[in-house]
Amino acid sequence: MFKRFRYQTAIFLSVVGPGLITANVDNDSGGILTYSQAGAKYGYLPLWTLIPITLLLIVTQEMCSRMGAVTGKGLSDLIREEFGLRTTFFMMIALVLTNFTNVIAEFAGIASSLELFHISRYISVPICAIAVWLLVVRGTYRGVEKVFLFACSLYITYIISAFLLKPDWTEAAVNSLRPVVMFDTGYITMLIAMVGTSIAPWMQFYLQSAIVEKGVTAKEYVQSRIEVVVGCILTDVVAFFIIVACAAAIWSHGPKDINDAADAAIALKPFGNYASILFSAGLFNASFFAACILPLSTVFTVCEGLGFESGVDKRFHEAPVFYWMFTLLVVLGAGVILWPNFPLVKMILWSQVVNGVLLPVVLIYMVMLINKNGLMREWTNSRLYNAVAWVSVVIMIGLTLALASITVKQMVQSASAKPAAPVSRPLAQVQRDDSGGHAVKADIRESRGAHSLR
Amino acid sequence: MADEILFLTELLGLKVYDLKGRSLGFVKDAAIVPLIHPSRVDRFLVGGGWSWLTVRHDQVGQISLDGIYLKDEVLTPYHSDEYMLRLVRDLLDQQIIDGQGRKVVRVTDVTFKIQHETDEDALNIVDVDIGLRSIFRRLMQGAISRRWVRRLQEVIPPNSIHWENCSILEADPQRRLRLNVSNEILERMHPADLADIVEELTPEDREAIFETIDSEVAAEALSEVEPEIQASILESLETEKAAEIVEEMAPNEAADVLAELEEQTSEEILQEMEPEPKTEVEELLEYHESSAGGLMNTEYVALPQNSTVADAIQALRAHEEILEKLNTIFLVDANEQLTASVPLARLFTAAGATPLKDLAAENLIQVDVEEKQDRITEIFDKYNLLALPVVDEAGKLAGAITADEVISLLRAK
Repeated sequence: MFKRFRYQTAIFLSVVGPGLITANVDNDSGGILTYSQAGAKYGYLPLWTLIPITLLLIVTQEMCSRMGAVTGKGLSDLIREEFGLRTTFFMMIALVLTNFTNVIAEFAGIASSLELFHISRYISVPICAIAVWLLVVRGTYRGVEKVFLFACSLYITYIISAFLLKPDWTEAAVNSLRPVVMFDTGYITMLIAMVGTSIAPWMQFYLQSAIVEKGVTAKEYVQSRIEVVVGCILTDVVAFFIIVACAAAIWSHGPKDINDAADAAIALKPFGNYASILFSAGLFNASFFAACILPLSTVFTVCEGLGFESGVDKRFHEAPVFYWMFTLLVVLGAGVILWPNFPLVKMILWSQVVNGVLLPVVLIYMVMLINKNGLMREWTNSRLYNAVAWVSVVIMIGLTLALASITVKQMVQSASAKPAAPVSRPLAQVQRDDSGGHAVKADIRESRGAHSLR
Repeated sequence: MADEILFLTELLGLKVYDLKGRSLGFVKDAAIVPLIHPSRVDRFLVGGGWSWLTVRHDQVGQISLDGIYLKDEVLTPYHSDEYMLRLVRDLLDQQIIDGQGRKVVRVTDVTFKIQHETDEDALNIVDVDIGLRSIFRRLMQGAISRRWVRRLQEVIPPNSIHWENCSILEADPQRRLRLNVSNEILERMHPADLADIVEELTPEDREAIFETIDSEVAAEALSEVEPEIQASILESLETEKAAEIVEEMAPNEAADVLAELEEQTSEEILQEMEPEPKTEVEELLEYHESSAGGLMNTEYVALPQNSTVADAIQALRAHEEILEKLNTIFLVDANEQLTASVPLARLFTAAGATPLKDLAAENLIQVDVEEKQDRITEIFDKYNLLALPVVDEAGKLAGAITADEVISLLRAK
């Protein structure tokens, strides 16, 4: 329960409840860049994933909010009570590690959005880290939340842009309905990342706590259910237009990896000179918003699961674990970015893959919990729900295994092919990282032809 | 060798031996029966072959880290029993209320004291363990030997709660009775602390507590709870109990709570209330929540304007229940028009025959029932007030706003 993470009764937030807030946080830096990358590299091809992803997103988020409303407890509370300390402990370790990569990704989003304006990350990241820390610890975050939420309307630029770019709507429509599966690393990685970013594990913990915090009970639950469904659909509508815009603006001129924010900003090129400002503002807002919520939600989840005092209204010595962990997440998350030549966008994309790998584990526990009669009474899952959930678990585990095996195979192959990589590269080459990127792309396009199952 | 303490995590998996020293199985759970003894482990549940066996406390000979040795081996199969609190199932990993620290905590482990008597050992719960040391102990148990766990954990500071200060949570009213769950610990707490605790609980546990706790305590605690939660608590209670609690609340707070409820629910509760508090609350409900009328309290002391200090003291004696918060006495004329306000402290330095009029504050500051809350806080700040009288359209004294209301108001912003 986000005890102190209160939702104001102000009209604005009584309309925009936990479901919609979660939906907006869902499109964080990881979301924007993963969808951009998908569209830029594979064009309209990945659009088919959005329908199953939306379905799964609705199923998982609806399960979380139902559990929250019926039991009045957070997800980590329930895991602790039903599966004991050891399970909780390992789950929390996995969650902290995963979320840590996500925190890094949020700061990477902040850094890359401001680098569009030539603001060095050595200035932007420390300042934003301090701002995040103060906003949350001083408890002033709540007041600012509305600003973030309002700024989320910047996503509309993608919708406008997508129309102005005159994309190939027929192909977009066909690809939205026709699944294509290919066994190459890039494609599978992208699939996992897309699921991982849309249905981030931490989001489930966050949403359930928010529902509990808002005091939604089983009786009033129907209303929240609608909101959750609307939120989920909204998230993926935005995702759809990001992919379409990127496909039309970038992929149609040749598939391309997104290497920095400037690449992704091309999707908004109908806005001309304003494109990079709009993209940068959207990415910054999304990253900063999530950089506040994500570490806080992580710490709440862990403290509740393991039974430590938590809450920003507690004093430092009353809740030392809470404050230390929050501080460490923010400081280390921001600190990693300052490593020289840290690949910002790659980090963001990989963090979403890590999300996708952890997701089935969280999902398994959720399904086991929600089917407990003693806990959920008449609110347990229907068969259809369970079927969707279990199928997703199997698919996600399958994808993860496929990714792992392909990666291992490639590592073995490259190790036997090339005896040793040059130990040190001349500085000049490091800056021209693009050339390396192109080589990889060529590889993938080749393998696409070879392994395509169409 | 006799260890004095034993932890629940150590007890679990401990081997149980019969009279000939043969192993019967491992301890799977232990139970207390609160109606018989509040802290002594009454039964050990032992898992052997296919089913669990019950070992009664009087069948145990010796308990140590090496195992449990029985002195009577006629064991019965385990049957579930509503009167028993199973420590692993019902206590471990669950939330309980720490009456001393006034917070909700999660149980990581339980500490027993081994009581050695002539030919039998008994386990008594001493502490409930929370915090890092017990987490370490539980994670390590099974990975390394019990004695090593004990040695290594010494570096971590302990964090425990005495068993007598713990109040377990049980939502089912039947089972509350059978487990002898009392609210004594909660009723001893400051209502504001109880309110904080209640906010952290699940709706079911809140309901269970408010359903069984003393109405007066419930009323005081409820006024301190956040408005949304107040409403959900009252809605979940039986109407009769809800009315009982609302009656005990100060009329302005009662009106605030009822205003949060759905029309129909608040009507039902009002119907159940005694006539006198009911009319008072109903009158207050007429005012807009954020106006002076909505903020004011109708529990005040007003005396005729020619009263003396002695009259005032006599009047105060008759209303002991409101003295805790009272700091101003109001004077009214024959038409109930407000004429003066007298700071209570001035009474102490005046002789009994002094007219109250002489002690009155120099300027009479008052507001109309329709006054907006922003203006009210401004007046409080400007004139450094502790209480502000509120008058109706006719100039009659209607109630008073106290500084604590204004503080709540400002904090809510």
